[in-house]
Amino acid sequence: MKEKTLTNSRYHNRIEFSSFFEKYGMLVVLGVLFLACSLISSVFLRPSNLFNITRQVSVIGIISIGMTFVILTGGIDLSVGSVYAFATLVITGLKHLGAVPAAVIALVISMVWGLLAGILVTKGRLQPFIATLGLMTGVVGFGLTFSRGQPILGAPEGLKFIGQGTLFGIVPFQSILFIITAAAAHIILNRTRLGRHVYAVGGNEEGSRLSGISVDNVKITVYVVSSFLAGFAGVITANHMNFGEANIGSGMELDAIAAVAVGGTTLGGGSGGAAGTVIGVLIIGVLNNLLNLINVPGYTQKIVKGVIIIAAVLLQSVQENRKK
Amino acid sequence: MNDEYILDMKKITKTFPGVKALSDVSFACRYGEIHALLGENGAGKSTLIKVLSAAFQPDSGEIYFKGKLFAHQNPISAQQAGIGVIYQEFNLVPYLSIAENIFLGNEPVTKAGLVDRKKMDSAAEEILKGLGLNLNVRTSAHKLSVAEQQMIEIAKTLSLNAELIVMDEPTATLSDHEIEFLFSTILRLKQQGKTIIYISHRLEEIFRVCDRVSVLKDGKYIGSKDVSDIDKEILIHMMVGRTLSDYFPVNKAKRGDKVLEVKNLTRKGVFKNISFDVYEGEILGLSGLVGAGRTEVVRAVFGADPFDSGEILMYGKPLKIRKPINAIRNSIGFATEDRKQQGLVLGLSVKKNITLTVLEHIRKYFLLQMKKEKALVNYFIKTLKIAAKDQDVLVRTLSGGNQQKVVLAKWLAHDSKVLILDEPTRGIDVGAKTEIYNLMRELTKKGKAIVMISSELLEVIGISDRIIVMNQGRFTGELSAENATEEAVMKFAIGGVE
Repeated sequence: MKEKTLTNSRYHNRIEFSSFFEKYGMLVVLGVLFLACSLISSVFLRPSNLFNITRQVSVIGIISIGMTFVILTGGIDLSVGSVYAFATLVITGLKHLGAVPAAVIALVISMVWGLLAGILVTKGRLQPFIATLGLMTGVVGFGLTFSRGQPILGAPEGLKFIGQGTLFGIVPFQSILFIITAAAAHIILNRTRLGRHVYAVGGNEEGSRLSGISVDNVKITVYVVSSFLAGFAGVITANHMNFGEANIGSGMELDAIAAVAVGGTTLGGGSGGAAGTVIGVLIIGVLNNLLNLINVPGYTQKIVKGVIIIAAVLLQSVQENRKK
Repeated sequence: MNDEYILDMKKITKTFPGVKALSDVSFACRYGEIHALLGENGAGKSTLIKVLSAAFQPDSGEIYFKGKLFAHQNPISAQQAGIGVIYQEFNLVPYLSIAENIFLGNEPVTKAGLVDRKKMDSAAEEILKGLGLNLNVRTSAHKLSVAEQQMIEIAKTLSLNAELIVMDEPTATLSDHEIEFLFSTILRLKQQGKTIIYISHRLEEIFRVCDRVSVLKDGKYIGSKDVSDIDKEILIHMMVGRTLSDYFPVNKAKRGDKVLEVKNLTRKGVFKNISFDVYEGEILGLSGLVGAGRTEVVRAVFGADPFDSGEILMYGKPLKIRKPINAIRNSIGFATEDRKQQGLVLGLSVKKNITLTVLEHIRKYFLLQMKKEKALVNYFIKTLKIAAKDQDVLVRTLSGGNQQKVVLAKWLAHDSKVLILDEPTRGIDVGAKTEIYNLMRELTKKGKAIVMISSELLEVIGISDRIIVMNQGRFTGELSAENATEEAVMKFAIGGVE
C-alpha cells in the first residue's frame, strides 16, 4: 500500500514537471535565446534594436495569430499570404475612395476569401490543405489581374500611421496592433464560448458534434478570422511600405505555420494557443535579428532557421511522448 | 498428450487491471471439426482468441497445438505456425489489389528481388478457386462487398497455410444470401481438412454448421457439447443461469410522468418500427445482442444519425430532432458507448469537458464567468465523487470510471431530463461499476429518466425497472423487472424461441 502511494506521488511529480515544461518550455527557450543574443551582440539590447524586432514581427505575428485559430481546429490555411497580398492591392488600388473606406473594403474582401475557404472545407468536404492551396493560387491570380501584374504605388493618406507611426517616438504602432490582436485572440480562445468550441472541435470533432456544437460554423469562423487578420496585416503593410503587390505575401503562410508550431500549438489541433504563438513569432524574430546583427549570410540564415524550427518542435514532441 | 485434438488450451488465466478476463479456461478442439465458441458479451471469447493468436500473453496456462507446446510471442509467428484469425474488423489495404492483399507481407519474389506478380496472381487465383470464388485478383480491395472482403481475409490465412481458422462473428455484417455462401465456404474448408473455431451468438447458425460447441461465461469455461446432443434451451441455460448478486441498488424510485416517447422509429435497413417510452424516475433497459440496432436507435433519438420515419415526443409534445443540438435543447443527454472517441475531448480538462454543453449559461455578454464555471464544476466533482486532483486535470489521465462520471456531469450540468446511457459501465472496473449504478439510482430519485443500453444481461436485469429487447433491428419483447430473468431476456434477444 505504501509503495503504491510512493509511485503515485512520483508519477504526479513527473506530470507536474512536464506540464510546466509544456506551458513554459518555449518561453524558457526564448529567454535563453534572448540572453545568448545579448551576450553575442552588443547592439542587441539597445531599445532601438528591440523595437525594431517588435516592428519586424508584427505583420507575420498578426497573420500567425489567425493561423493559430485554424490550426487549433485541426485545419490549415495556406491562403493567408495571398489574402494578405490581395489586401495591399485593394487598399492601394482603391485609394481614391479615401483611406478608411479602402481599408474597410480590403478587410471585407479578405473575410469573403475566408468564408469561401470555410465553406469549401465544411460544405464541400475538401481537405483544408487542398481548399486553401487552391485559394492561395487563385487569389494571387486575381491580384495579378486586378493590378495588371504591376505593383500599385501609394497608399491613401489618412491611415499611414498604422504602418509607419510610433508611440512616444519609439514604440512602433504596428507592434501595438499586434499586441492588441494577440490579447484579443487570447481572451477569445480562453474566455469565450467560441474559443472553447475551437479547442473542442480540434480535440474531438465527433465528440463536439454530439455535445451540440455546430462544427461547421466553428470551422467557417476560424477561416474567416484567419483571412480577416491576414487582410488586416495587408492593410498595415500597404500603409507601411506605401505600395501593394500581388506576390508580396508569397511564403508567409509557411512562416506563419512555423511560428504557430514553434509556439507549441499542435498541427493536429486541440491544444496550444495565442500566447504560444506570440512566443513562437518572437523566437523566430529574435533569431532573425541576431543573424543579421552578426552578419550571417542570407543563405546560411535559412539553414539556421530550418534547424531551429525542427529542433523546437522536436523538443515538444519528445515531451509529448514522454508523457505517454 | 491426446492426438485427437489439434488445439488444447489448458487452464488459461488472463487478468487486466481490475478485471479477470479469463480464469482457468480450458478449451480443446478436434482435428477437422467446426467448433463454436459461445458466450454473451464480456464472457471472454475475444480474450481467449487473442491469447490463442498471441496478441495477448496469458498470465498462466499452456497451449498445445498439434500436440506441441505452443509458445509464440507475437501474432506473426502464431500465423506462421498455422493459426489464422479473421477478426470482425478486416485488415485489408483498400487500394491494393486482391492478390496484393492476400500476400501482403508474404509476397513471392523473383530472383532480382522484385515482387513476382505473375506468381502472386496465379497463386491468389488458385486460393480463390479453392474457396469457390470467381474474382479478378487485380481488383482493388475497396471495390469489394463486405462478404467478398471477408473471403479475401480467409484467403489470406490460407496463403499462410493455416490449419486452424478462427472466425470472430463472421455473419454479423452479412446479408442472408451472403451468410449462405459463407456457410458453404466453411463446409468446403472443413472438407479440405481445416479446423474452424466459429464465434457467434446467433444460436441457429451454430445448429446449422457446427459440430461441437463450447460455452464461456464471465471468463470461465462452462462446458463443451456435441451439437447433435443439445437444443437451444440447453445452450441458453449454459450461457446464463446466474444468480443476481447484491451489488445493484434495490431501492427503486417513484415513477412519475411520461417524459420521452418514441413511436414507430424506422431507419431503412437498420431498425424498424421501434417504439418505447420512459417515465420520470425510471430506468429503462434496452437489451439485445451486439448488432441488434440498439445504439442506432438511440443515436437517431438523439439526432446523431438520421431516421426515415417515426415520432419522438417529450411530455407529449412532438420534437423535431435533426441534429444533436435539437435533442440537447430539449433536455436529452447522451453518453455514448465509446467515451474516448465520442463522449469526451480527452485533451481538455475536466472543467472544460463538463461545461462544454452549458457555456451559454455561464457567460455574461461574451465572456465566460470563470468563478461561476469553477463553482459549477466543483459541485459536480463533489456530488459525483470524481477523483481528479483538480478541475484542470486533463480527462485523458482519468480512469474509465471517472471519465464516465465526467460524461454524466456534462449532461447533468445541462440539466438533462432524459439521460441515454450506452454501455455506461463498459471498460470500468467492478468497484466503479457499483458507483455508477448507485449514481443512476440517485438520479432517478431526482426525477431523471434513464434509458440504458447494456450488453451485460446481469446489469440490465439488475438495474432496470423495465426492459425492452431488440433483435436484428426489430422489437422482440418487453419485460418488467419482476419477470426479467436472464433466460427470458436471452430468448427475446436471439429473436424469440418457439
